[in-house]
Amino acid sequence: MSEAAAAKGPAKVRINRPEPVLKVSDLKTYLYTRWGVTKAVDGVSFEVCPGETLGIVGESGSGKSMLALSLVRLTPEPASRIESGQVILNGRDLLALSDKKMREVRGTEISMILQDPQQSLNPVFRIGNQLAEAIRVHDTDATRAEVYGRSISALESVHVPAPERRLRNYPHEISGGMKQRVVGAMALAFQPQVLIADEPTTALDVTIQAQYLRLLEELQERTGVSIVLITHDFGVVAEACDRVAVMYAGRIVEQGPVEEIFDNPRHPYTKALLDSRPRVDVVPERLPSIEGQPPALNDLPAGCRFEPRCRYAEDRCRAAYPDVVGFYDNHLAACWKAGEDLWPAR
Amino acid sequence: MTTREIRTGAGKPEAGLATSAALPRQPADAQQVRGWRRLKRLERMPWISISIIVFVLLLPAIFADLITTHDPLRGTLADRLTPPAWIEGGTWSYPLGTDKQGRDMLTRLIYGARISLAVSTITIFIGLVIGSILGLLAGYFGGWTDRVVSWLIDTFFSLPGVLLALVIVAAIGPSFVTIVVILSVTIWAPFARQVRGETLSVREAEFVARAQVAGAGPGRILAKHVLPNVANTLIVMATLQVGVVIINESSLSFIGAGIPRPNPSWGVMVADGRDQILIAWWISFFPGLAILLVVLAFNLTGDWLRDFLDPKLRQRQ
Amino acid sequence: MAGPLMVVDNVVKHFPVLGGRFGVTTVGHVRAVDGVSFTIEEGEVLALVGESGCGKSTTARLVLRLWSPSSGTVLLDGRPVHALKGADLTWFRTSVQAVFQDPWASLSPRMRVRNIVAEALVVNRRVSRDEVRERVDSTLEKVGMKRWHGDLFPHEFSGGQRQRIALASALITEPRLLVLDEPVSALDVSVRAQVINLLKDIQTDFGTSYLLISHDLETVRYVADRVAVMYLGRIVEIGTTEQVFTSPQHPYTRALLESVLPRHPKDRRSKPVISGEMQSPLEPPSGCRFRARCPRVMDVCRESPPSVETEPGRMVACHLYS
Repeated sequence: MSEAAAAKGPAKVRINRPEPVLKVSDLKTYLYTRWGVTKAVDGVSFEVCPGETLGIVGESGSGKSMLALSLVRLTPEPASRIESGQVILNGRDLLALSDKKMREVRGTEISMILQDPQQSLNPVFRIGNQLAEAIRVHDTDATRAEVYGRSISALESVHVPAPERRLRNYPHEISGGMKQRVVGAMALAFQPQVLIADEPTTALDVTIQAQYLRLLEELQERTGVSIVLITHDFGVVAEACDRVAVMYAGRIVEQGPVEEIFDNPRHPYTKALLDSRPRVDVVPERLPSIEGQPPALNDLPAGCRFEPRCRYAEDRCRAAYPDVVGFYDNHLAACWKAGEDLWPAR
Repeated sequence: MTTREIRTGAGKPEAGLATSAALPRQPADAQQVRGWRRLKRLERMPWISISIIVFVLLLPAIFADLITTHDPLRGTLADRLTPPAWIEGGTWSYPLGTDKQGRDMLTRLIYGARISLAVSTITIFIGLVIGSILGLLAGYFGGWTDRVVSWLIDTFFSLPGVLLALVIVAAIGPSFVTIVVILSVTIWAPFARQVRGETLSVREAEFVARAQVAGAGPGRILAKHVLPNVANTLIVMATLQVGVVIINESSLSFIGAGIPRPNPSWGVMVADGRDQILIAWWISFFPGLAILLVVLAFNLTGDWLRDFLDPKLRQRQ
Repeated sequence: MAGPLMVVDNVVKHFPVLGGRFGVTTVGHVRAVDGVSFTIEEGEVLALVGESGCGKSTTARLVLRLWSPSSGTVLLDGRPVHALKGADLTWFRTSVQAVFQDPWASLSPRMRVRNIVAEALVVNRRVSRDEVRERVDSTLEKVGMKRWHGDLFPHEFSGGQRQRIALASALITEPRLLVLDEPVSALDVSVRAQVINLLKDIQTDFGTSYLLISHDLETVRYVADRVAVMYLGRIVEIGTTEQVFTSPQHPYTRALLESVLPRHPKDRRSKPVISGEMQSPLEPPSGCRFRARCPRVMDVCRESPPSVETEPGRMVACHLYS
């Protein structure tokens, strides 16, 4: 959503937020394949304040993983390219930095955790080696003793028991939850200001998931790191996020404070997504579901991208992409009917 | 009903029936409808290699009788050691010269192509069939079957090919059949090893479990579920092994353990020109060049084929 | 026919672990399934829930006769499943079918959908080609696909559609029991609801029994009649869905339910209920396997807990109830 189009319609009060630590403006990342241009990220804007957790919710095909990679400039090349936009971290546009400077920034000021801990850890090296490498990349003068000490404290900070033994383990010798903690330790070794976590709990068990999210919260309290949490699970959002942005077909269709989005979603996709979750407490007669499929990112319609599946769609929805409408407390939605009360309020 | 209808999500798709167009699966998958449609992407085809194979090996082999005028087996002694046409002393009735028996080089090269083609296709076919069957059985059943087959594979890999060939030839005499047998014996092992490895991994796939639950027996599973997924690698391997077989045959023929004289195998022709190498270089040169070109062409085509078939078949999510 | 459709009686599956100097000595066993018993009635949905490593997938494969148990029996209609041969085995195969987790790996990439769906029918019954075609078409429609989808290959479909195809291939012989191994875990959230609804419809319309393996408690709540909770190879609690979800008895069940992520931000809890991780099934602790993490552990837990029937049809394996 572009900044200029914000706060239209029935917006009442715009709550003033502190200066953001990360500000993304109109980010576009396209993939070039022989089947055409795939607009994975097609004009995404959001802000993250210090110590805040922003959840980005989307299903597969929404572009959320490419978004995560774009923020740290690790998109696959030459197939993809960050077309335009800005990613401003502490006043500096990361997209304008040289490769060398970006390498210095990556890992120290902004860091990333990937979804599958299996992929982040090299199976033929011990944990200790990998941690040491992560440390030495940015701190080339550290002595072996220093690196060892920092490795131990990194593992302690993520509550890995018996860290000395863990350092000698190979990745396949430790559990999934433990691996995810090690990866987290590596990402936070230099106390970055922003941590991008791409589906960090998807591969974890239910009981481990809860622990891990709690760990992230604790680390955030201790270091003040801001977290951008990419997920497809609203449960994760409910548990861990302060604000949430819903992504569909390369764009953010709604964003706002987490309680507000749960209580008062303004975009039909958000509402449908929230409604289609089965519950443990009550069994409805039939589970509401969303018909159809998301559009191909290389074959996007001119109008609203959710229109073919939307039960409230009208002609104007097909004609042009909706403007962004603003609501109380920096709640934004891109829908022509966002201001209407399409469903009963909670 | 064409694929196009399901590929685009335009209009109101019915519940769950339109193909998901999620990145990055859909674009790749929509094109993979029929295998032969992939051939339409002609950008990086190794045209030169394929032309060489066609013009130096295939066409001469098939049309040998039609395009030659001389007898490949008997020559005119009076015309022996004629140089190629463009050199002084040569004549255009013997475009590439003659050997020491006065036989036309070009004719012999063309008939030699037929021999190379026959030997390589038959050998590879036999090797592929034996290797695939054994590899499938070993990979799927494991246990003793695997141990026996693996031991066989290891043994055959370590056989000294040339020595073995010499022994066999000494025992039963050189002939076309002999050399096919010898070469098949050395060529089945790589196929078996490859197929065994792939079967081991395919065996664990969920679609095999599903077929087992459906009640399919091992025969059906191997034929319909495992083999088709291994086939691509086999095709690539076969292409790459053609070069190996041709060189092996040429080497054996060179030392006299292959195609018996006077048949014009390229290897035999190279051997024949050995003692004349300084004065009649063309006798060894042209067959050697033919071997080089054809083997190189097959290797390049095989490499391209491997890249062409391989990543597209990675049906990842 | 009287009696339950399926009886699983004290089934055990151990996998030997090779080690030693040359990798040929058996140094231990992975006790994947360590004495599991349950029944499934005609027309009932039983869910087996637990986290990864608890042995639920192994149990599924034992029930499907893909693996043989190290000890214990599986009975279908009172007949021991692993002893079946010939015509009896065919009867089993047509009565029990499965849908697996990964829609991208469970359909043969080089077979047409029509052939995949027809396979169970063609292998087990002597049916004319026309009848096969008719059955394939009608089964495809039952799962919400179109007849002409049969001509295409699996990779042309989305994840949700592939699970529908997998379901069609399982339903074609009109089985009495369907084993569903995490059928929606790999699907997108919005597609999950579609497939879950379909599963529920099929179950109601045809009275098929389900053995639903899942770690996703919300799905289980929606689909299952009874629930069995597994931990490290053993069942720790069985009861109706209502009973287990509203008044869980075993401490692990309680922990599981309380670990479910909140429905709404205001439902966040202050601290997690459970610590530590599930141990590896290679070295399970003696006695009650949960005692290392149990908030209510007692001395007596060093001995294996008895299975206590707290109510008719309701079982808990915990010393707290004995």
